[in-house]
Amino acid sequence: MLRFLTSRLAVAIPTLLLVSVLVFSLQKLLPGDPALALAGEDRSPEVIAFLRHKYQFDQPIPVQYWTWLKAFASGDLGTSVRTGLPIGQMVAEKLPVTMELSLLSMLIALAVGVPAGLAAALKRGTPIDYVVGVMGLAGLSIPSFWLGIMLILLFSVNLGLLPSGGYTPFFESPWDNLRTMLLPSLVLGSASAAIIMRHTRSSMLIVLRQDFVRTARAKGLPEGIVVVRHALRNGLIPVVTLATLQLGQLLSGAVLTEQVFGIPGFGKMIVDGVFSRDYAVVQAVVMCAAVFFLLLSLMADLAYAALNPRIRA
Amino acid sequence: MSAREAPDVHAAPGWLGRRTVTGQLAREPAFLVGGFIVLLFVLVALFAPWVAPYDPNASDWMAIRQAPSAAHWFGTDDLGRDVLSRVIFGARASLAAGFLSVAIAMAFGAPLGLVAGYFGGIPDIIISRLMDALLACPFLVLAIALAAFLGPSLQNAMIAIGVSAMPVFARLARGQTLAVRAEDYVSAAVSVGLSHPKILVAYVLPNIMPPIVVQAALTTAIAVLAEASLAFLGLGQLPPAPSWGSMLDAARQFLIEAPWMAIWPGLAIVTVVIGFNMLGDALNDALNPRD
Repeated sequence: MLRFLTSRLAVAIPTLLLVSVLVFSLQKLLPGDPALALAGEDRSPEVIAFLRHKYQFDQPIPVQYWTWLKAFASGDLGTSVRTGLPIGQMVAEKLPVTMELSLLSMLIALAVGVPAGLAAALKRGTPIDYVVGVMGLAGLSIPSFWLGIMLILLFSVNLGLLPSGGYTPFFESPWDNLRTMLLPSLVLGSASAAIIMRHTRSSMLIVLRQDFVRTARAKGLPEGIVVVRHALRNGLIPVVTLATLQLGQLLSGAVLTEQVFGIPGFGKMIVDGVFSRDYAVVQAVVMCAAVFFLLLSLMADLAYAALNPRIRA
Repeated sequence: MSAREAPDVHAAPGWLGRRTVTGQLAREPAFLVGGFIVLLFVLVALFAPWVAPYDPNASDWMAIRQAPSAAHWFGTDDLGRDVLSRVIFGARASLAAGFLSVAIAMAFGAPLGLVAGYFGGIPDIIISRLMDALLACPFLVLAIALAAFLGPSLQNAMIAIGVSAMPVFARLARGQTLAVRAEDYVSAAVSVGLSHPKILVAYVLPNIMPPIVVQAALTTAIAVLAEASLAFLGLGQLPPAPSWGSMLDAARQFLIEAPWMAIWPGLAIVTVVIGFNMLGDALNDALNPRD
């Protein structure tokens, strides 16, 4: 297992370095002087000169990159030109909000996706399978921001059951926190539920055809035990990996969901950064998202290896 | 997009032109329905000036936020513009973004994957690590960052989506090329002294195309959603030009007074994305009998 972990890290670290090159290169896409862009509204000569010196824009590009990378690796993600706050502090404040949203969405996705996929596999070719297929197609095709707007229209505007947006920290009021997070979690979890549903179905269809399931049935075991104890345990192995990777994708989807529901999370931070031309924030968010995603990929590989010993060989 | 990125069709019965596959597709309801939806939207986008009942940018100040009626089937928006006409013209931005961004992703991703898989060694290491780095950035986050740095416009949104989707095609083309590279007909082509470019174009490329076509259909659905998302965030087609995403953004402020402003553009996105997903799924089923 240690050798497996080392081999995965040997791939992850150069990938991360390449991501840092890509993220650093983003600011080179800006037309004109990057110091002007970083300065935002305050374009006084002093501020421009300060930024040019701070980010070493007058230095060769490799020197600029090295300075930026060293600062990032030491936890200095820069300073937001909009808020004046250290970006690291902003990330530390916003990330838990998005993590909560992502985890709740994943819980919903698993709670819907696994049973529905299992039912579709067990009842292949029946109306249940058809309904699950349609639900899966809809989940993949409905844009999250539109679903969010429609749910606000139904549950907040027409029925008045749930708040249309905002955020209450969990430790301030757990009840209000769950009420504000319910609709966003449903919205964000819908696409993941569809993906998990489809993978559970196809994985279970393969497992249910295998010899050990036939043997379990031949021994006279009740169908429930055959399905849950024998088939599902094996059929869920790829789904565990998928769910871990989906957590990374949820971060992407959170951008829109947080925007629709006005949740002050990591996703909204990038949008606010874009519109206030706070490019250092945008770079930091992309870099942090990539680090987070690579960590989740590593965890997915490890989980898969732990559940399926043949992979470790 | 990772969960939908691996239509493994290496055991495909043949290229699209083969009678068995086209025959199967012609009997596949998902292909027919998906194809009909996509074709309908393409025709509507192409003939928008003749199909739309009004100029999509013309404001009627006497008809602000009017509910659907005989005069305005989908109602009017906050500036008195006909929502149906804007939905019809909005199809142009969405479909253009869908097709062109996938064309960009394919045009760069597939050749890179082809070279990496065929030559192996250092080119493979460099290309694969570069694609891994792009894949490590969540799709929409990368597209937003690229669109932000390039500047908001439909053209830049297409580039941003194309670049973000490129690694999926590169990885798929690489995997397929690795398998095709080991086939006898490629070894025979090498042994008779054909040049590498000729082998790549004449022997490898046609045999790796089926999964790429499937991926293109599925990625077009994702690209349409991504364009709508970028436009919703103000990073795509700029107003007053109609775009489904920006129409939804504008509709958010009038959910109570004019919910139809949000309903119709959203339904248009859902319908066209379902069309592309059905096409992609049907192609995958036809070309990958193992599924």
